[in-house]
Amino acid sequence: MPADAIIRIEGVEKRYVLGGEADVYALRGVDVAITAGSYVAIMGPSGSGKSTMLNILGCLDRPTAGSYWLGGEDVSRMPDDQLSAARGRKIGFIFQSYNLIAQLSVLENIQVPLLYQGKDLREHHDRCVGLAELVGLGNRLHHRPNQLSGGQQQRVAVARSLVNDPVMILADEPTGNLDSRTGTEVLDLIDRLNAGGKTIVLVTHDEEVAFRAHRVLHMKDGIIDREVFNRALPV
Amino acid sequence: MKPWLNAQFLSTLRLGVKSLLLHKLRSALTMLGIIFGVCSVIAMLAIGEGASYEAQQRIKELGSSNIILRSVKPSDEDKSAGMGRGSMLKYGLTYADGSRLQFTVPGVEHVLPVRIIRESARFGQNDVPVQVLGTLPYYADIAGLEVARGRFLSDTDEAKQENICVLTVGLARRLFPFQDPLENAIKVDAFYYRVVGLVRERSTLQQRTQSGRTEGETLDNNVYIPLSTARSRFGETLIRRSAGGFEMEQVELHQITVRMRDTAAVESAEPQITALLQRFHAKKDYELIVPLQLLRQAEALKRTFNIVLGSIAAISLLVGGIGIMNIMLATVTERTREIGIRRALGARRRDITTQFLVETVVLSVGGGLIGVAVGLVVPLAVSLLTDMKVLITVWSVLLAFSISGAVGIIFGLYPASAAAKLDPIEALRHE
Repeated sequence: MPADAIIRIEGVEKRYVLGGEADVYALRGVDVAITAGSYVAIMGPSGSGKSTMLNILGCLDRPTAGSYWLGGEDVSRMPDDQLSAARGRKIGFIFQSYNLIAQLSVLENIQVPLLYQGKDLREHHDRCVGLAELVGLGNRLHHRPNQLSGGQQQRVAVARSLVNDPVMILADEPTGNLDSRTGTEVLDLIDRLNAGGKTIVLVTHDEEVAFRAHRVLHMKDGIIDREVFNRALPV
Repeated sequence: MKPWLNAQFLSTLRLGVKSLLLHKLRSALTMLGIIFGVCSVIAMLAIGEGASYEAQQRIKELGSSNIILRSVKPSDEDKSAGMGRGSMLKYGLTYADGSRLQFTVPGVEHVLPVRIIRESARFGQNDVPVQVLGTLPYYADIAGLEVARGRFLSDTDEAKQENICVLTVGLARRLFPFQDPLENAIKVDAFYYRVVGLVRERSTLQQRTQSGRTEGETLDNNVYIPLSTARSRFGETLIRRSAGGFEMEQVELHQITVRMRDTAAVESAEPQITALLQRFHAKKDYELIVPLQLLRQAEALKRTFNIVLGSIAAISLLVGGIGIMNIMLATVTERTREIGIRRALGARRRDITTQFLVETVVLSVGGGLIGVAVGLVVPLAVSLLTDMKVLITVWSVLLAFSISGAVGIIFGLYPASAAAKLDPIEALRHE
């Protein structure tokens, strides 16, 4: 296991206790190490433990066994408040259905993660505008999500995921709701972020999407069944 | 408090207002319960305070250091037991009662006897029904008469049984529309009385507290003469013509006002006076009015009144609060996904609690502010439309407003904690 891994998952299990029946394992001992700046795709059929893996990676759920080191901190045993804080600070989410807050403008949506880190919005205002410009929405700062196209909304979500300068960007089927052209635009944007040094973990069932990653982890029955290296990490 | 907390709180507040403005009608309807609640607290307390203030004023005018005794015609059973038809009915307070009170009850400053005779007064062609009050000079002081012109009765008048009188201002105007009443003489019954002064009664409230009794000082229709004069000119027998014959009554004094040195003496004197009167009166042909006790009763009544009004208002605030809670629970369900997103973006449970609590408090405090505004207008309108007195107290406004805030917090806590307890994964999946 490489020493410079920024994400280290060791022996992670997720067990669901169902009354009367045998316990169900969603994950049965997963080990992964992801080095900083890499681009990893996770694939797998439904029921493979892909979603559970995503939730644990995203600090939305805790493993029942094993440990999860994220940016030098074991987050697998953190109490809820700390876990929430870690989520906001270390992870940038990009969801399939964009998940913008309807009553907020583009700029305000980008600012939401700052709010929960207790940061002064005025201080970070220029940077937020910069992020909006980065994703090509510098002229839409005060639009509401429902005034934007799906591709534009997803680009707002990308900008939002970057605002706290997270350890990794966690993308869950980011192109699932987009047509192929806008989907490509969003994926290109993610590629650019990775080229700029961001660590990307992307969950998808689309081979083409997964092909953009350095590594593809194929999950099956709660374990990583096989691992494909598409290309080497740039040094 | 960390410096960023204020900025964060402000943005939470802005967000709350924004979310509420998203559903204007719903927010307004939700607020309505609180508006009515707060408004009713303020309006009810204002009307209640006003009413009790007025009652207390009337009682205070009777004098809190006074004990008032009145002659009362005994009830029919008592009457028929003692006498046959057409015979003399003798009842009421006596001169002897007056002197006994004066000399045996400690702490008595003055004993003021009053005789009241219903007659008509004449001057030239004018004939006006009046009440003749035979009394002593210090009546003016005890009843609070204000001498407008001339003078009131004097000790010399009393000693000499002078045929003089003092009129109330209104009566003088009716009897002497064109002349100066002073030094003119009016005729009452068979005798003439020279007018020596005009007085103004402090207020006419005194009459109303006597609730329906015909005896006592009526509205601005009084002729004051020395007690000794009244005794010699009118005697003690009053003849009333009634259907089927005469009714004769013998009453020495109609009223005795006992003024105590201070209010503290009133309490101890009251049982002594009762005991004294009981000894010398076989029948209960008098009544005892203690303004101080009336005042106490009025205060107790006011407390009860406030409790009743307060409970009604509290119930309406409770209903308003439940309305808010109901809407907030619906809002939480409706915004489950938003909660999930916020949790994923780093919101702790308590951030979510704060967010929804702030919204509820904005609703209830907003409703409270509108309620205060309406609650200030309603009593004023009531006092304009009816002649009821209203008294808006600062504490009732503060009370109502702080209750509305408390309602927001109490009824906001459950929906807010329900929102915070949502599992972020489930919430994100919610459609």
